[in-house]
Amino acid sequence: MEAIAFYTFSFLTIAMFWIAVMSNQALYALSATAAGMIFISAFFFLLGADFLGALQIIVYTGAIMAIYAFGMMFFDTTRVVKERHRPPFLVMGLSILSAVLIVFIVSAPIISENIVAHHPVIEGIDNPQAIGVVLFTKYLIPFELAAVMLLVAMIAGIILAGKKMDRSLTLMRDEEIEIAQELQDSKRVSV
Amino acid sequence: MEWAFIAETIIKVLVVVLVFSALAGIGTYFERKVLAFMQRRLGPMHVGPFGLLQVAADGIKLFTKEDIIPTGVVKPIFKIAPVITAATAFMAAAAIPFWPEFTVPFTDYVVSPIISDLNIGVLYILSVMAIGLYGPLLGGMASNNKWSLISAARGASIFISYEVITGLSLLAPLMIVGSFSLLDFNAYQSAGVTDWIVWQQPVAFILFWIAAFAETGRTPFHLVANDHEIIDGFGTEYSGMRWGLFAIGEYANMFFLAFVMALIFLGGFGDGSVLGALGLLLKVSLIFFFFLWTRAAWPDVRPDQLMWLCWKVLMPLAIINIVITGFVLMF
Repeated sequence: MEAIAFYTFSFLTIAMFWIAVMSNQALYALSATAAGMIFISAFFFLLGADFLGALQIIVYTGAIMAIYAFGMMFFDTTRVVKERHRPPFLVMGLSILSAVLIVFIVSAPIISENIVAHHPVIEGIDNPQAIGVVLFTKYLIPFELAAVMLLVAMIAGIILAGKKMDRSLTLMRDEEIEIAQELQDSKRVSV
Repeated sequence: MEWAFIAETIIKVLVVVLVFSALAGIGTYFERKVLAFMQRRLGPMHVGPFGLLQVAADGIKLFTKEDIIPTGVVKPIFKIAPVITAATAFMAAAAIPFWPEFTVPFTDYVVSPIISDLNIGVLYILSVMAIGLYGPLLGGMASNNKWSLISAARGASIFISYEVITGLSLLAPLMIVGSFSLLDFNAYQSAGVTDWIVWQQPVAFILFWIAAFAETGRTPFHLVANDHEIIDGFGTEYSGMRWGLFAIGEYANMFFLAFVMALIFLGGFGDGSVLGALGLLLKVSLIFFFFLWTRAAWPDVRPDQLMWLCWKVLMPLAIINIVITGFVLMF
């Protein structure tokens, strides 16, 4: 049962990302990436890491892909993107081959030993609790560091994006917008 | 045992899908009747007694209408978008307990009417409902229609606003109960009305309620299909059952969110007696009625007003609520 699920979802994931890379239709690529992200979460569920699986869906599919979709709206997504170069199949084949080889080289010595989890799931407690236990003991410092970095990124984002937050274009009359635009243009010229 | 489990799960899935598809149709009837009552009209009256068969007439119309796929749309994406909305709405229902445990009459077979009691229940429901956004988004982008595209943009702006509020407002009750499972939430409040989480977490309840309006895209946050454009936003190019799937997804989402709110904040089905179970249905109906009442009473807000509300008012409130809850739990 588990093997069937694993191979099905690996096939689906690879197929989705294959479409994302090979398609020259922007909307196909976007939907395929989103679907691929969802299928990846299936592996977390198969391994019993339900919490990480749900987070994978929320963060990647829900948040990041939605932002991508926002950006995609500035293009005409119904047209096919004209790519000038033909995909160089030789380079592609060789790079895929070398990537597979590197995986084999790195993973061969590990496979020969029995793989043992560093922090096996503690029996008798829920999956989200187990994550909390590990996060707040073994990985406390990386966790806090990541939190601080995210806070810094958030403040930087607000400062970069919020330069004219006090001015709402929807509340201004057309003449006011034009005057503001001209002022800005004249400043740009003088600088 | 194994086969009994598989058969039981399939039956549960079928029941949920059939009941809530039908409820989506009946929901439209109640919506029209309630709106009509509040606007001093009669609403649907002609088909059947009190217009009750209007649902069947609408259903037949939707099913038999030609499924038009305009030229110039991105066909596969255009076709799959409504399916995403409907499917994710029903997938979210997998972790919702609709009724307390009961034994099948004349046997000793115990049925627990939840399809799968995941240990990440609430998180699963939120994440799957979050994927539902892709229906309007992809539908609008694939439609090759400027209004649909703008509607999809509004949908994305709603989404990035409410998602944070939903998560943060649920954190405080989660901290109190210490579990993601809706069954545990129910067990925590099973002693009686005084144990309902809404008394401990009124702020979280109201925040989640507001976010639920944005999540289902109901008035006052009915921005996805902006009514004063007279067309149906992302659904402009859709016809027949594909449009119907969008509607079913929207109404099913309303019912499921009403169940989630009743289970998390309003005591769920209580001690598990039949009376408690009927109480759950009553609470769900009241929340559903409130969705309709709001639609009759309030105008829509603009997207920038929604984002202002979510990011500048509701999010700080939610975070303050979490901090206070944390302090109270700690000391």
